[in-house]
Amino acid sequence: MAVPVKVMHGLLAENDRIARHNREHFDRHGVVAINLMSSPGAGKTALLEASIEALRGELDVAVIVGDLETDNDARRIRARGVPALQITTGAACHLDAAMIHDALHHTPLEGLDILFIENVGNLVCPASFDLGQHRNAVLLSVTEGDDKPAKYPVMFRAADAMLVTKTDLLPCMEDFSEQRASAALRQLGNAAPVLPLSARRGGGMDAWLDWLRAAKRERRA
Amino acid sequence: MHELAIGRALLDQVVVVAAQRRARAVTGITLQIGPLSGIEPALLRAAYEQLRIDTVAEHARLVITSMPVRIRCDACGTESNAAANRLVCARCGSAHTILLGGDEMLIESVDLIFG
Repeated sequence: MAVPVKVMHGLLAENDRIARHNREHFDRHGVVAINLMSSPGAGKTALLEASIEALRGELDVAVIVGDLETDNDARRIRARGVPALQITTGAACHLDAAMIHDALHHTPLEGLDILFIENVGNLVCPASFDLGQHRNAVLLSVTEGDDKPAKYPVMFRAADAMLVTKTDLLPCMEDFSEQRASAALRQLGNAAPVLPLSARRGGGMDAWLDWLRAAKRERRA
Repeated sequence: MHELAIGRALLDQVVVVAAQRRARAVTGITLQIGPLSGIEPALLRAAYEQLRIDTVAEHARLVITSMPVRIRCDACGTESNAAANRLVCARCGSAHTILLGGDEMLIESVDLIFG
């Protein structure tokens, strides 16, 4: 005879435990950890390159990059003189807290202000895994369509900022409306700021950099 | 297909619960899954079919209870059901809502065999 036993544990309890441990580790070092999520090719690496240049001499940053294959992105970051650790996930579609925990053994946090985690390009899987980050920045490039928040509600509901990227292409993208993208985000009950920017042409970067500075200040307080 | 990773985490936990209670076998696992958890029940079920082989839960039936998305409006206090991509108040239309349920990914219970 089977005996029913109540459990009521989160399915990802072990991941969440390691994520809490990661967050404590960041907090001890006064580092704010920013998880960058988007579909492939939305411009995460270009945004990082531009942010690194803009913050040079002001904030010290490091990057953990997750990709299925190649370390192309990590090499691009390192070329800017910033430490970048590549996690090659193979077939895995997301980073998890244990991968970040392992990466932290090779990523000194002393003297660091911001640790960017460039998640695997994917609007589905990464949303389910806490890594120990303090903030989620979700990128939506104007070439993807303004209805993405409605199509991927789990991802966009988790956004602490929605970055509308590649705005320099807007003149060619007549069917993308920033207002519709914002409205789709608000439909998810998400009041996060919407930050339109072009990492390549520079427009809108100040609002994003201010958002990062505020996140850093709040961690220190 | 992150359901494979989630299925593995599920079985790891079930194996631990069975060992802690000194159970001989697990015959059933009941989960609570909400649409805003990001878990697709059919994919999790497919992953589970592969992963349960050679574990204490090899013959356990997986029951997935789908949870409704429930919100409460900050503006007018109304509680209502909602669609996963439309979390605005059903009464006043405000986007300032609190999620009451719908993001669950819980192991509710397991059925254990002793002796």
